[in-house]
Amino acid sequence: MGKFKNVLMLLLMLLLLAACGNTSTEAPATESEGEGEAGTAGDAGEGGTAKYAFVFKNTGNPYGEKMYEGFEKAINEAGGEVIYRSPDQPTAEGQIQIIEQLITQKVSAIAIAGNDNDALEPVLKKAMENGIKVLSVDSAVNSNSRMLHVNQANPERIGRVQIQAIGEMINYEGQIAILSATSQATNQNLWIEWMQEELKDPKYANMELVKVAYGDDLRDKSVSETEALLKSYPDLKGIIAPTTVGIAAAGKVLTDKGLAGEVALTGLGLPSEMASYIENGVSPWMYLWNPIDVGYAAGYASVELVNGKTGALGETFEIGELGSFEVVEDGDGTQIMLGDPFKFDSSNISEWKDVY
Amino acid sequence: MNNKSLAEENYLPNNLANKKEFSLKSFFLQWEWLLILILFLVFIINSILSPYFLDANSLLGATSTFLDKAFIVFPMALIMIMRDIDISVGSTVALSGVVMATVYNSFGFPMEIAILVCLAVGALCGLINGLLIVKFKELSAVIVTLGTMILFRGIAYIILEDQASGNFPDWFNYFGWGTAGNIPFILIAFIIVAIVFTLLLHKTTFGRNVYAIGSNPTASRFSGVSVDKIRVIVFVLAGVMAAVTAIFLASRMGSTRPNVASGYELEVITMAALGGISTVGGKGRMLGTILAVFIIGFLQYGLGLINIPSQTLLIIIGALLILAVATPKLKLPKFLLRK
Amino acid sequence: MNEHVIQQTDNIEKHTLSNKLLANISKFRELGLIVFIVILCAFIQWRNSSFLTIENINDMITNAAILSILAVGMMLVLVTRGIDLSIGAIIALSGMICAQLVSQFSLNPLLIILIGIVIGIVCGVLNGVLIAKIGILPIIATLALMNVFRGLTYRISNGEWVSSYQMTDSFLSIATGKVFGINNLIVIAIVIYIIFYYVINHTVIGRQIYAVGSNPESAKVSGINENKILILVYSTLGGLSGLAGVLWVSKFASAQGDTATGYELTVIAVCILGGVSIAGGAGKVSGVLLGALLLGILQNALPLLNVSPFWQTGIQGAIILIAVILNTLVKRSVDRNNLVRRKI
Repeated sequence: MGKFKNVLMLLLMLLLLAACGNTSTEAPATESEGEGEAGTAGDAGEGGTAKYAFVFKNTGNPYGEKMYEGFEKAINEAGGEVIYRSPDQPTAEGQIQIIEQLITQKVSAIAIAGNDNDALEPVLKKAMENGIKVLSVDSAVNSNSRMLHVNQANPERIGRVQIQAIGEMINYEGQIAILSATSQATNQNLWIEWMQEELKDPKYANMELVKVAYGDDLRDKSVSETEALLKSYPDLKGIIAPTTVGIAAAGKVLTDKGLAGEVALTGLGLPSEMASYIENGVSPWMYLWNPIDVGYAAGYASVELVNGKTGALGETFEIGELGSFEVVEDGDGTQIMLGDPFKFDSSNISEWKDVY
Repeated sequence: MNNKSLAEENYLPNNLANKKEFSLKSFFLQWEWLLILILFLVFIINSILSPYFLDANSLLGATSTFLDKAFIVFPMALIMIMRDIDISVGSTVALSGVVMATVYNSFGFPMEIAILVCLAVGALCGLINGLLIVKFKELSAVIVTLGTMILFRGIAYIILEDQASGNFPDWFNYFGWGTAGNIPFILIAFIIVAIVFTLLLHKTTFGRNVYAIGSNPTASRFSGVSVDKIRVIVFVLAGVMAAVTAIFLASRMGSTRPNVASGYELEVITMAALGGISTVGGKGRMLGTILAVFIIGFLQYGLGLINIPSQTLLIIIGALLILAVATPKLKLPKFLLRK
Repeated sequence: MNEHVIQQTDNIEKHTLSNKLLANISKFRELGLIVFIVILCAFIQWRNSSFLTIENINDMITNAAILSILAVGMMLVLVTRGIDLSIGAIIALSGMICAQLVSQFSLNPLLIILIGIVIGIVCGVLNGVLIAKIGILPIIATLALMNVFRGLTYRISNGEWVSSYQMTDSFLSIATGKVFGINNLIVIAIVIYIIFYYVINHTVIGRQIYAVGSNPESAKVSGINENKILILVYSTLGGLSGLAGVLWVSKFASAQGDTATGYELTVIAVCILGGVSIAGGAGKVSGVLLGALLLGILQNALPLLNVSPFWQTGIQGAIILIAVILNTLVKRSVDRNNLVRRKI
């Protein structure tokens, strides 16, 4: 009888694998519905449909999903096949593996939101040597490893506008703190530098930045860090959190402690995550750009690069319905820059919370 | 650990290894044949799914995408055979890499010295693990290496803070990117290390002692095996191989950061487990481990070529691990066994 | 793990001691940990006077509640010489499914808690069956299922999060509500600890779990159904993880696919700080409670101490190692004293 049971168990295991097999075969099918015609066209010859890859930081991140949505829309408009890849953890190691696989597949262009500024340089250089157009989007990779960066908004403006906002909220007086993502996050570190620059303006003379805390984009750690800020600085007047998990966690803490109106909160966050805390007044307003637009711009920029543009200074990129953008300087490299960050407050949050 | 008797009874490789006489049935029921079969299946499925997979250049090149962490799998196999485990290896990779970059960039030593320092730091991390485990026998290896995992990573953060450190000399790129003909250097290095560890485990007194400690630590202590010394040496080896991984990883990334190689420990343990190394001790062979490295590597690579989302890949690797480990444990019905 | 044979002989020696002496040892065994916690608290209070305020203590215990719930379940698994690496993934899976149910059907919070627990138990039973019936090693079985559960969570969520505005107030109040002025999370943790304390110390099942852990062979001889016990402990931990998933999502008002990644190691750290032996058979509810307290203090105090964020990880690792080693040394001297006393 015991053996009978064991055979049953084996069958169960096989079923489990079969179930997994089903989900796995379903996945690529849903992802590339257009592959039927596009794939055959690609096989027909080198001059066939170009393949455009979009690589985000990690899976299961709604911000990345929305960027992909825009990217896909752009490629569909321009004609081409789309590939969407991201590692399961936000690591550079995972992205290196993915880029190697994309090189083997001979894609035409790779748009990547980098997990590390420098670590992707060797593999992206290899991609460019193989004739693949490489651009970074949202989180830049260093200028040696890309042809162009699609910047969601001017980092200087992103940094300064948040200080201006918190200043207005607390009448330019009192202690403020910053709750960032991880200490290794290049985007956040750059914005914080600009925040500190803006604070040098004499109109902020009565404001003091007491601490930069890191919540590591983890809910539990961000909550602990927020609580610690409130306790260590009882006179704290405002918190800036330039990251979605951080600002939402801080919003939750301030809501639960009934501190709406006493400690102001602003920063950068997804409207869906922040809707509750903007509606209840904990955060009078906050900023973000439209990730769908950023992805859309990356899509069109990929197409332009494949069609012969080089990302050199002074070129003009046509970004579909967003209009045309001029390539400008960015340190050693070049970039195109979308508009200013968009302001979300109680008047418009309800229409955006279902969008992204 | 649970169901030890059941596990031993059904554990094919060991049962067969104990029998001296050769029988065709037992030969073909070995774990390694199952792995070879799986590897074969992986190749067939991948070649059907993607036109890019079966291409000598692509396959050889692919090995360099997953072999960096595979160096740790050998000492991990030794550790698991001895009933221990080391979950600090990912942090050791980060720490030794960070120290190497700092010695080169901040202290201005030549890269050759920096590489030696990297290996030394790895060895030191392993030594700390080994000594703590031997001196505090009440604490198991999980406890000690859990503590040092956090500590080593923490020291790496203290050294480099939020900076990346790179700008290595050009020849350093050869480790991760160089090729001899079509064969990546990292594959050659892997083969050499694989041979060394296979000989070490299967052809030396040291290897026999490792098995002896794994199957019965108390008995081997009484029979004059210096258990403590061997345990420390094996942990030092793990540290050194983690440092080797750090060198290859730093070369592939052109720079290093305190947060690299997180989660490597679980990937390495997965490879060793799939390779037939058992944590109840005393069992497993290097050949199985090597096969497992390639199974997981090519599976990831091949499914990556058809752009399967990484979350699905997680499910597949999990299910494969269960299936591979469970299959030989199931009692086959009589009509299958007695032909 | 190498040492469990030696420890077994130790254990046999200890069993021969009189019951009274045994009670004395057990009283003293956590002494090292208590002293360490007191010193640590004194130090933190000296550096930041807002540490020992009612508000902060309340926050600290609320934050540690979910951790302590998981730790007591993990203790049972460790006692049977097992380990469970899949609980972080179970938390995410149950949290994600429950959050989606809430956002679509606005179910009653009690029903949601029940659904979460059931999801967790199903996952736990899967773990238990692989380990007990098929005989896969716990570390490998749960590592594999960790991948499977995590992958499933991503597939179910489709990359989307469930946000605060999609959740009902009654669901959010699970974690913010109070009973007699005490936060619900703390109340739930206390109830669970009372139940576990009773079951472990005063029922047959409790004794059987420890028997399986300290000596599987003799447990089998004495007629204990080892498989049943193993499946029981894994499904219990699964159920607690499912519960923790609901509480987590309610507390943080957001469900993500990567919720609680790596949390299993934190939970295991709590258990070993609390003196649970990975070699099986040893571990007490009070010890685990102290372990959870120590880790809760660390997570609360490190930001309060205003140390550089780059030093936090290193300090945390050093404190865990020191606490474990100190506790071992204290235990050794307690045991030695007891042996000396016996000889006299």
